[in-house]
Parts: sequence; structure tokens; C-alpha cells
Amino acid sequence: MMIDLAIKLALAIVVIFGILNLAGLHTWIERKQSALIQDRIGANRADIFGWRLLGLFHPLADAIKMFTKEDVVPAGANKVLHTLAPFFSVSFALVAFAVIPFGDRLILGDRVIELQVAKLDVALLYVFAMLSLGVYGVILAGFASGNNYALLGGLRATAQMISYEVALGISIVGVVMVYGTIDLQELVRSQGTYVAGWIPLWGIVVQPVAFLVFLTAALAETKRAPFDLPEGESEIIGYFVEYSGMKFGMFFLADFLETILVACLATTLFFGGWQVPYLMPDGFHFPWGAVFEVSHWTYVILGISSFSLKVLIFCWLFMQIRWTLPRFRYDQLMRLGWLGLFPISVVNVLVTALVLVFFGEGA
Amino acid sequence: MAVKVVRRPELTLLEKFYIPQIICGLKITSAHFFRNLFYHVMHSLGWFKHRRASITYQYPEELRPLPSRFRSRHRLTVREEGTPRCVGCMLCETVCPAKCITIVAGEHPDPNVEKYPLRFDIDLGVCVYCGYCVEVCPEDAIRMDTGILDVSAYSRDEMKLDIHELMNPELRKPIASCNLTFPHQCGVNGEEVKGDWEETYGPDGPHKKFGVHGPGSQESGDH
Repeated sequence: MMIDLAIKLALAIVVIFGILNLAGLHTWIERKQSALIQDRIGANRADIFGWRLLGLFHPLADAIKMFTKEDVVPAGANKVLHTLAPFFSVSFALVAFAVIPFGDRLILGDRVIELQVAKLDVALLYVFAMLSLGVYGVILAGFASGNNYALLGGLRATAQMISYEVALGISIVGVVMVYGTIDLQELVRSQGTYVAGWIPLWGIVVQPVAFLVFLTAALAETKRAPFDLPEGESEIIGYFVEYSGMKFGMFFLADFLETILVACLATTLFFGGWQVPYLMPDGFHFPWGAVFEVSHWTYVILGISSFSLKVLIFCWLFMQIRWTLPRFRYDQLMRLGWLGLFPISVVNVLVTALVLVFFGEGA
Repeated sequence: MAVKVVRRPELTLLEKFYIPQIICGLKITSAHFFRNLFYHVMHSLGWFKHRRASITYQYPEELRPLPSRFRSRHRLTVREEGTPRCVGCMLCETVCPAKCITIVAGEHPDPNVEKYPLRFDIDLGVCVYCGYCVEVCPEDAIRMDTGILDVSAYSRDEMKLDIHELMNPELRKPIASCNLTFPHQCGVNGEEVKGDWEETYGPDGPHKKFGVHGPGSQESGDH
């Protein structure tokens, strides 16, 4: 019992440690990637004893700055809610990671450890519940600030996130129908078969349209450009205009956490999670018949690295999109959500259902 | 009044799908990203140094190349033996629209030179960098080609350059000691005339032939 608890605790610590570090590193990635895109060099001045390490100390300097800044609560604000809002944002983004499987089962002696903090049968529903609850942080921030601009920003955020969550959820239904499970670990495991013997049966292969819809809706869910209407720092004033210090930093962190969460989801649902092509638990089985055996530890570590690599590639892609596209206008945003993505995802579900009925295994 | 109807271009069907256009944009940003990443990595290995990976200059370490006619901080050109080329004609002080140049002329031992600046001050807090002083100088004694742009100070006094800094652009305030050998006035010496022609020209210089000596000869001169 105690050992089980310790294992779960260790898994949770590993996940939290990895996620928070990656989120902190995102400030660095954002600066450097935008710099490279725009032919600049990017922040590289913070140093420790003259070591600059490509500006890697800037996230550290940022954290120190955020923590030591004065925390201002406006006079007209609701003090409790104003303080609670950033915690809502960050904690709901963090707990959603509990069900993301980052590796296959690890066998230690007679103990089988699923590399996933919480093995829930309704993992997908849980993730979406947490994503939806994240809206509370945003609307509370806008509402509790006692600032009309912040309230409008919060309203924009709520409208945007609710409309895009519909498309997000329905686009997933196709994937769930194909694999027949909403347990993420099982979903990843069932992506380990091959079409025609050599194409991995990943979500992207069977549900390409759902992937595009999911990607767009997920970008909107993260509240970053081109869907950054809730924030719109420079022009339209976002919901966190009345926040300073680390409370502001937590909204920032929540944004990056959501980006990583969405990257994890895209990896898990559409790119085979921890699956490495042609890697079975006992080794590589190449389609031309060659077999290359690997040990159990190598297999697990390959799986974890495969998952991390895919997530990082998605983070890169989201960042690239963020620095490529300009912001949508609000009516364009709503039109894209309700008249574009929503019908497409519904049609996708219908077509998937028909294909499954007439050509699926049951037919 | 003529009315001009501007028709906004309608999006074509392909453009309405957004995706080809987004991929087009991503292609451009990714091309920049990977090109610059490649050159940054190569630079860290010491290769392709002649290709810049960024268009920005790392300012304090790396200065922007200046055009050859760029007017930067002034300097006084110097003769071989370490005296200023300036002959104290006062043309620059006269032409200066900002009246930032102050010259006190002294007698030079060489009768072909006649005069030289005992003190030469420029108040950079007043200077407008018009370059008239350079254009008007008959002796090519003042130039604005040091390339120094970061003229900044905490007080108005520190913005005033005296003959030390003008003759040696490397010098910055505060100047610890005076190393000019010819007679001159400067703040380091408490505004008194210090220096000796003998030190500047050696024992057989023009001061021996023509009889101009060190400090004090100004006051005792009979003209």
C-alpha cells in the first residue's frame, strides 16, 4: 500500500516537475523562436558569473522579478476572487496532466506501473472537464478586477472558449469512435497496429479532418495568437489588466501550461502518444520482416522520449503559428468557430459513423 | 465630387479554407527559423562567419558600421611631436552656431605657426553636431570622425570636453593625470598654465631659436 502510494507520488512529482519546467522554458522558447523567425538574436543578457548560456537564465530572472514585484489589488476589486482567479487558472491546467500517459507500462519485479499519474476510465472526459473549468479563472479575473476592460476581456475569453470547446469535443468523438475507448492509455495502446502492414494506425491516419479541427480549436483554447482576443495585450486590453507580480505570472504560466496540455492531447490522440513506429514491447518489428530486439528498459525509455519529442514538436508548431498569423477579428473568430469548425466536426463524426457501420469490424 | 468605389478583393475558395495560406505563412517563418538556426549553430562551431544570422547588432560589444561622412564626437588632430595642429585662428569658435567651443590662444614658439590653443573646450551638452567647425578649419585640425556615439554623463560639467579628451578620444572623464607636455590650461592642473616647450621639442627645438619659454612667458610677453 505504502509502496503504491510512493510510486504514485513519484509519478506525480516527475510529471509536475517536467511540466512546470517546460512551461518555464516556454518563455525562453518564445523569445528565441520569435527572434530566429524575425532575424534577431533574442534575450541573451542575463548571466551568472559571466555565463549566458543562450539566454537560458532569463526565465530565472523573470521568475525572480515576478515574485519580488509589488502585488497590487485595485481598490474596487473583490479581494478574495481577485486572488483566487489565477490559482483557478493554473491549478485546473495542472491537474489535467494527471491522465496523460507518457509511457507504456513499466514492469519492476512483479509490479506493473502504468506511466500515467491517474489511470481513469473516463480520462478524456476528465481532461475536457478541467479545460472547461479553466474558463472560471479567466471570467473570475475579469469579473473580480472591478475594471470594465477586464470584464469585457473576460467575456470575450468565455465566449471564445465555450464556442471552441464545442468543436474541440466533437472533433474528438470521431477518434473515440474509431478506437472505442476514452481511457487515454488504452487509446494510445490501440494506436499500435498498422494499416497495410506498415502505416502506423495513428489518429492522424484515420481522422485527418478531426486533427485539423482539433488543432485549430486547441489553439483557440490556449488563448494565444491568432486567437489571443481575450488577452490582446497591446490593443484591446485583456482580462488580466489589473494583475501584477506573480498573479500576472500565473496567468502567463497557465497559458503555457495549456499550450503544453494541448500538445500532449494532440500527441496522445492523433500521433500515437508514446508509440514508436514498429516498436513492440520486445523490440522493433520492421515491415520487411527484420526484428531488432531491445530490453524492457530501452523500450520504456524509447516510449517516453518518443512522447516528449512529439510534444516538443507540437509546442514548436504552436509557437511557430503564434508568430506567423495575425490576430482574428472577433466576428471572424466566432464565424470560424460556429460556421466553420463546428459543422466540419459534426460532418466528420457522421462520416466516421457511416464508415464504421458499413466497413468497420462489426459489419 | 468624383466618387471612387474601392472594391475589396473577395477571397477565393482556396483562401476561404485558410489552410493553404497558413501553410504558406508557416513556410516563410520556418524558412527564416531554420536558416537562422543553421547559421547560429555554424557560428558557434566557427564556420560561415561571413554570413550574418541576424540583422541586429549586439550593441555595446558590436558597433554598427558608420557611413564615412558620419559626424560623431570631435577630436583635435595632433602633430608628430604631440602638440595640436590647431593654430588658434578662432574660425571654429566664430562659426559655431551653438557657441559651444571655447579657445584661449597662446603664442607658439615656431613663428610659422604663430598661435596654438592654450585651452580648447567643447561643451557637448550644447553642441548640435552640425560639423561647421570641421568645414571651416583651414588646418584640418578638428575632425568629427571618432565614431564615438555614446556621449552620456550624469552632469553638465561632465559633458564638457577639454584638450585632453579632444586630442586623445580614448580618454574618458574623470582624467586622472595630465600627460601633455606643452604649456596649456586644463582642469586637471586647476586651470593653471602648465607644461614646458623644452619637454615637447627637446633641448634644440624652436623655443631655443626663437626664445619662447614655458609658462609665464605669456604674461611677461610684451605684445
